[in-house]
Amino acid sequence: MTASLVVVGNGMVGHRLVSSVRERDRAGRWRVEVFGEERRPAYDRVALTSYVDTWDDSALLLAGHDPDVTVHLGDPVVAIDRAARTVTSASGLVREYDALVLATGSSPFVPPVPGHDLPGCHVYRTLDDLDGIREYAARVPHGRRAALVVGGGLLGLEAAKALRDLGLSPHVVELAPWLMPLQVDEGGGALLRRLITALDVTVHAGTGTTAIERDRGRLLARLGNGTELDVDLVVFAAGIRPRDALARAAGLDLGERGGVLVDEACRTADPHVWAVGECACVGGRVHGLVAPGYAMAEVVADRLLGGAATFTVADTATKLKLLGVDVASFGDAHARAEGALEVVLNDAVAGSYKKLVLSDDASTLLGGVLVGDASAYAALAPMVGRPLPGDPAALLAPAGETLGAGALPPDAQVCSCQAVTRAAVDGAIAEGCADVPALKACTRAGTGCGSCVPMLRQLLASAGVAQSSALCEHFTHSRVALFEIVRSTGIRTFSELVARYGRGRGCDLCKPAVASMLASLGGHVLDREQVALQDTNDQFLANIQRNGTYSVVPRIPGGEITPHKLMVIAEVARDFDLYTKITGGQRIDLFGATVEDLPAIWRRLVDAGFESGHAYGKALRTVKSCVGSTWCRYGVQDSVRLAIELELRYRGLRSPHKLKAGVSGCARECAEARSKDFGVIATEHGWNLYVAGNGGFSPRHARLLASDVDTETLVRLIDRFLIFYVRTADRLQRTAAWVEAMDGGLDHLRAVIVDDTLGICADLEEAMTAHVGSYADEWRGVLEDPEKLARFTSFVNAPGTPDPTVAFREERGQRVPVSLGVPQVSAR
Amino acid sequence: MTVVCRLSDLPPDRGVAALLPDGAQVAVFHTGAGELFALSNIDPYSGAAVLSRGIVGDLRGVPVVASPMHKQHFELHSGECVEDRAVTVRVYPVRVAAGQVVVEDP
Repeated sequence: MTASLVVVGNGMVGHRLVSSVRERDRAGRWRVEVFGEERRPAYDRVALTSYVDTWDDSALLLAGHDPDVTVHLGDPVVAIDRAARTVTSASGLVREYDALVLATGSSPFVPPVPGHDLPGCHVYRTLDDLDGIREYAARVPHGRRAALVVGGGLLGLEAAKALRDLGLSPHVVELAPWLMPLQVDEGGGALLRRLITALDVTVHAGTGTTAIERDRGRLLARLGNGTELDVDLVVFAAGIRPRDALARAAGLDLGERGGVLVDEACRTADPHVWAVGECACVGGRVHGLVAPGYAMAEVVADRLLGGAATFTVADTATKLKLLGVDVASFGDAHARAEGALEVVLNDAVAGSYKKLVLSDDASTLLGGVLVGDASAYAALAPMVGRPLPGDPAALLAPAGETLGAGALPPDAQVCSCQAVTRAAVDGAIAEGCADVPALKACTRAGTGCGSCVPMLRQLLASAGVAQSSALCEHFTHSRVALFEIVRSTGIRTFSELVARYGRGRGCDLCKPAVASMLASLGGHVLDREQVALQDTNDQFLANIQRNGTYSVVPRIPGGEITPHKLMVIAEVARDFDLYTKITGGQRIDLFGATVEDLPAIWRRLVDAGFESGHAYGKALRTVKSCVGSTWCRYGVQDSVRLAIELELRYRGLRSPHKLKAGVSGCARECAEARSKDFGVIATEHGWNLYVAGNGGFSPRHARLLASDVDTETLVRLIDRFLIFYVRTADRLQRTAAWVEAMDGGLDHLRAVIVDDTLGICADLEEAMTAHVGSYADEWRGVLEDPEKLARFTSFVNAPGTPDPTVAFREERGQRVPVSLGVPQVSAR
Repeated sequence: MTVVCRLSDLPPDRGVAALLPDGAQVAVFHTGAGELFALSNIDPYSGAAVLSRGIVGDLRGVPVVASPMHKQHFELHSGECVEDRAVTVRVYPVRVAAGQVVVEDP
C-alpha cells in the first residue's frame, strides 16, 4: 500500500529531497506531491546571479523532472492540520499526508530602516526578484545610474555584480568593519575590498543605512557615518530568516532564533512532520547554505525508506568567485579554537591573501581563508581536522608545494556540495569513468559550485587516466601551444613543424588545425603544400554533400542584395541546374555542383561582383542583421550598415571553429544576435556587445560584454575578442565552450579584452589590422592561378568525364541527389 | 593495366581520382615518404566516390587516408578500415613505369 508524502516548498532542498526519495524508493512506497510558492519549477538559486547574463531562466532549472511526482507551482501551503494530518493550499486544495516535509526555505531580512518599502527598494532571492530589479532598472534614465546594496556579505556582493551587469554603479554598505564577515577575517576582508573597489563597486564598511528617502525621482540613502548617496535603486541583502510561520501556526516547536526545531533525524516532535534546509533548526543552528540542506534532504529520504541516517556536523566550507574575485573559507576560518595558530601570506602586490588556521601544536589543519587566489582550496578544504600535509608556509606559497590528490584520505570529502568522498570518486574511476563529465554524471561530484573540478581532474590523473591536451598522436602540444610555436618561430610549413616539434606524418586532426593557424597568419589557403592539409571543404572552397558533390555560397554581406545580383545567382543556379535554398544566415546556398563545375560557377559569380562566403571554412560565416533604422519604425540604429561593415572586416578570418554574428537595430532583437558568437544590439546611446552564444547541438545565449559603446569602441572590442579566440581556443572549440573553460569565465575575458589586464590588446588589434589588410577573395585566387585551377577535375586520366556515381532525381521542381543506397561495406 | 598520369602530376600527400576501363574509380596517392598506393575511390560508408579527396597521413606509423565524408580511416596498404577491421576497400597494385603511374587490375 502506498503512503502519501507531501513536501511543502519546491526550492533546491525540497527538490533534492524528492529526487532522493524517488531514487531510493524502488518499491514505490511513497506517492509524492509537492507544493511550491514560486511559479517556476525548481531552479538553481545558488547561481541566481548568472540569470542576469542571459535572462534565460531555463538555464537554471534543476534536472530531474519526474512525471510521477505531482508538483503544484504557484500554490503554497497555507495551513497544516496535524490532528487530521492534512495540508491546505492557497488555491484550496486539501491533501492528507502520512509524512509531511517542510522545506519552506527562508525569506530575505529587510532591516526596519525608514523608507525600506519605497518604490525602488528590492530584495534578492528569487528569479522574480531579479525580474523586478531588471524591470525597474530599465525605467531609470540613462546617464549616471547608481544603486545601493544593503549588506556586504556573500549575497550582497552577488547583488552588486548583478546591478553592475545591469549598467548601474553599485554602492555596498556593510555594518561589520569588513566585507563578508562570516567567511573571511579582517586581512582577507581588506584585500577583498581593494579588489572589488577596483571593479567599480564602492564599499562603505563599518556603517549602516539609517534612512531611505524620495528625492526628485531618485532615492537618497543616509548612512550612519553621515554619508548621503543619490541612488536609483536599493537592494536589501542583509541576511535571511527561516520561514517558520506555517510550523508556528501548526503548534510545532521553534528554535530560539527561529527555525522549525528538529532532531538529528530532521524530525519535529510530531513523528509525521520533518523539516529540511534553511527553515530547519537542527542542533540549535539554522544553516543558510545549500550543502547542509542537501545533507538534511538525504537524511530524511533515508529515514522515510526505513534507514537510520542522522545529520551530523555540517560543512560550511565555501568557495566562490565574486565579481571575478576568488574567495574561499573553510573550517575554523576565524581561529576561534583555543590556542589556534595562524599562518598568513598576504601578498598585496599579487593581490592574494591566504591564511591557514592550525591547532595549538601546529599539527592539525583547522581551517583557512583564501582571497584573490583560491586555487589551493580544493586540496586544503577536505584536509580540515586532519594532520597538516606539509609545511604550512610552503602550502601557501604561490608556486610552492602543490598538495597532490594523493594526500587525500579516502573518507575526505572532495565535493562538499554533494557530499562525495574521495573513495566514491575513486570507485567511479575504477568502474570506468574516464573524464570529468562522466564523474559528474556518475557521482554528482562537481555539479554544485564546481570548485572541486580541478581536484576531480587530479584524481583522474593520479588513477592513471590520461587527461591529455595533445592535439593528436603527432603533437603532444595543445592547439594553443602549437599556435604560439608557429607564431614565434616563423615556421610556415606543416612538414617543418611536424619534423621539428612533432612526430610521424600528421593526420586529419593536426593537418587542418595547422592549416587554420597558417591561414590566420596570412597567405592563400591553397598555397603550395597547404592544399594537402585542408579538409575537402577547404580544398575545394565549397561544402561537400552526401553524394560527393558540393554546395556554393556567395557572400551576401548583412543579407543585403540588389535585384540584379539576385538575378545573377538565379541565372547561375538555372544554368548549372543547382538546387537552391535560403540559409539561416541570410544568404543563398546552391547545391549539387561537381568538382569540375566549381570554377565555372565561381567565374560567373566573381564577374558579377560576388566573392566566397566561406561557408566551407572554420572562419567567419555571416553577420546577420535586421532591417534597422533605415526602414523599421522601431529601429534605433542602422543595423544593416554595421553588419556589412563587420562582415567585410572579418571575412576570411580563420578560427578554431566557425564564427557567426548578428546585429539587431533595437531591443526587439530580430537578428537573433544573442544566439551568435558575437552579437550586437542597438541601444539609444550606442551598441551592446554580447559574446559567446551559439545555436546548434547545445544552444547558448551570448552574454553581455560591454554596453552602450560607440561604433569605434565596439569594433575594437570585437577585434580583440576574435584574435584572442583565434589564438587561445582549442581545436573545434566554439566561443561559448572557450569562455566556459576559461579560468574566471566571462569576467576574465572582460578583464583581458576590455580592461587589458594582460597588456596584450594592442598586439591583438595589430593582428586584426594585418588580417583586414591582407584579405583577398579565395575563389578569385583560384581562378587567377592555373596551377590551383588544375586540381578541379573529375578524373586525372579523363578530365571532363563526370563522376558516374553522381545521379539526380527531381523533388518539388528541383534536382536532388539519388540516394546512394545501402553502404557498400564488404567483409574481407 | 591503366596508365593514370605522370608521377610528377601527383603532389605529395594528395590524392587524385582515376577512371578504369571497366568504369571503376581508383584513388591514387603518392605519400610524402615517396610510397605509391591505389584504392577504390568509393567510401564504403557513404557510397560516394570521394576517398581521393581525403587527408593523407599516418596512424601509429601506418599510412592512411581519412574519408572526407565521415572521417573513417583506411590503411593505404591493405584498404582496411581502422575503426572497423571487418570493412575494407579494394586495393589495386600500382607501379611507376617510365615516369608514368600504372594501375593494374586487382
